[in-house]
Amino acid sequence: MAKVPAAVVGVGQTHHRAKREDVSMAGLCREAMDRALEDAGMTLDEIDAIVVGKAPDLFEGVMMPELYLAEALGAAGKPLLRVHTAGSVGGSTAIVASSLVQAGVHKKVLTVAFEKQSESNAMWALSVPVPFVMPVHAGAGGYFAPHVRSYIRRSGAPTEVGAMVAAKDRTNALNNPYAHLREEKTVEQVLGSTMLWDPIRYDETCPSSDGACALVIVDEDVARSSSNPAWIHGTVMRSEPTTAAERDQVNPQAGREAAATLWRQAGITNPLEEIDAAEIYVPFSWFEPMWLENLGFTEEGAGWKLTEAGETGMDGKLPINCSGGVLSSNPIGASGMLRFGEAALQVRGAAGDHQVDGARKALGHAYGGGSQFFAMWVVGADKPTN
Amino acid sequence: MRDVAVVGFAQRQMTDYDGSPQCAELLVPLLAECYEQTGWTKKDIGFWCSGSSDYLAGRAFSFVSAIDAIGVLPPVNESHVEMDAAWALYEAWLKIQTGEVDTALVYGFGKSSAGVLRRTLALQLDPYTMTPLWPDTVSIAALQARLGIDAGLWDERAMAEVVDRSLTDAEKNEYAVRAGGSSVEDLLARPMFADPLRKHDCAPVTDGAAAIVLAAGDRAREVRDRPAWITGLGHVSDGLHLGTRDLTQSESAERAAASVGGLDGVEIAEVHAPFSHQEVILRGALGLADDVRINPSGGPLAGNPMFTGGAIRIGEAARRVWDGTADKVAGHATSGPALQQNLVCVMEAK
Repeated sequence: MAKVPAAVVGVGQTHHRAKREDVSMAGLCREAMDRALEDAGMTLDEIDAIVVGKAPDLFEGVMMPELYLAEALGAAGKPLLRVHTAGSVGGSTAIVASSLVQAGVHKKVLTVAFEKQSESNAMWALSVPVPFVMPVHAGAGGYFAPHVRSYIRRSGAPTEVGAMVAAKDRTNALNNPYAHLREEKTVEQVLGSTMLWDPIRYDETCPSSDGACALVIVDEDVARSSSNPAWIHGTVMRSEPTTAAERDQVNPQAGREAAATLWRQAGITNPLEEIDAAEIYVPFSWFEPMWLENLGFTEEGAGWKLTEAGETGMDGKLPINCSGGVLSSNPIGASGMLRFGEAALQVRGAAGDHQVDGARKALGHAYGGGSQFFAMWVVGADKPTN
Repeated sequence: MRDVAVVGFAQRQMTDYDGSPQCAELLVPLLAECYEQTGWTKKDIGFWCSGSSDYLAGRAFSFVSAIDAIGVLPPVNESHVEMDAAWALYEAWLKIQTGEVDTALVYGFGKSSAGVLRRTLALQLDPYTMTPLWPDTVSIAALQARLGIDAGLWDERAMAEVVDRSLTDAEKNEYAVRAGGSSVEDLLARPMFADPLRKHDCAPVTDGAAAIVLAAGDRAREVRDRPAWITGLGHVSDGLHLGTRDLTQSESAERAAASVGGLDGVEIAEVHAPFSHQEVILRGALGLADDVRINPSGGPLAGNPMFTGGAIRIGEAARRVWDGTADKVAGHATSGPALQQNLVCVMEAK
């Protein structure tokens, strides 16, 4: 049985900031939703179902906030689903929403992912001690720093590659009016910033943001009335454990298998040649070269060469995170959906000042937990033939 | 739509799960039971989806360590809803409908005894206007029960009849946390807990977990002679705000039932009503005929593990198709304060 063709016809996001004191959680979601609906030329009344995603409830201090948000999200009287798959959740939520259409159950689905981190304290929320479980009280950077060091050792990458990514993404964000951090950065400036978790410097880390992203996903019939639908060519999710002796946390098996499945679904045999733009979940700069390898864009150990050669810049062979990426805006629950939404904007030719000329196929990527949950999709300007 | 059936079900329900910080250990034997029922191994499962809550566990990412129960190297195709596992079953059913996979294993878990449940659930309310007042679950349910009594829609006797029948049926359920019918008079003589609710009108605080296996077409037929084919699956939410809805009705349950074409012909219904008067509301909202047998397992009043209670209703209903007790059954799940969200799953023998 084949999937019903589905497409993104509306993308909306908020202005991301450290603290959005002007809106409640409901207001934040509506800001993104209203933009997505306007983009789609639709009203909330036309929507068949709502799918909500966000990272842990402790980030805002509300248990299952979608219950309280139901009215504001226009979900009263409709099916309402709430997805939570750690940092990959924004991507997983978009995939669940698309499956509602691809399964033939609904025609018009609205999905929204958010995080209003200023309502609570994310570091505390991640640091609740659990008996018999390894504590990770150093924050996400502390958890990932050893993986980065291990990557540098294994690949022999020059130590400034991470700074090159950070300078690129922060500078790209200048072209994105919604980005949280909007500051031109040079490689020298990044290298001169404070060392936080060796080898990760301050300017190589993502901010903590309030923000939301929403997508309108529709079936083929509805998509026909859109002038620029982003067709979904493939979706994939994979999970592996946090800890296991045989686990490779630098190049996780779940990510490699997810990518292989995704490329197969999307009919892509050479991703580096066939993908025109990629939004990859890079909360710490070194994850760009690491994920380039994990996703199969390059051989293992060669990701940094693509970055170093400038091929991941706006004018490179594979522009990555033209929006500024997670390094410039990180409302955790929404960050994955922002990657998926930005990929859709690229193939719709609607990415504004950070548009990649002639982008026809784009990747949206998200990961979560201890590099153990992966969600990805490929969207295209053309309807898939497979 | 593809033909998809419930073919496996395992559960544990208990007053408290002593000595464990998480539910991964609880899940391992349940998954083993599912493999035994189906004759399958982990490799035969195309998709995994779980339902649980971080707030109940008192920590972020409570589902992360639960996937260790699966043994996820090599990695698996997996997702999670921060909802009752009945909604995880919905996501798994969708995944099978897309044609991407043919089989799925759904599980849910919750350890209510780790905190004060009625207070924890107050955090589900509007954080800006309601939660600061800490109205707890039982008090909200009591308001709902009082509204119905004052409107003449039910009385304390009708509520006691639900309890008596449930606890009598629960005597045959090895997983029941509370069991033993007495008489309506005896129940009505017991003290009030949160007027007009007595303790027996409220589901007991329960720890537990459950797992359900779904399969499409021939994969289902290779497991069971009488798979419980899902012929209707839908869910609807109401708004949360208590002042904006008629708490004596359940509009979302009514809409959920309508979305599956109604429940005509259903012989047995497992209804997720954590408070006795809610069964009365749901019987009407779901349009269950007078002769429909409700909650032969004893229902939630005999045991209601959070984030699993709804899924258990689907599993219990499916079992009645497997063993030939009924040809058409319904499982129902609820979530949120005062029956805010409702899901209906109709299953039939074919």
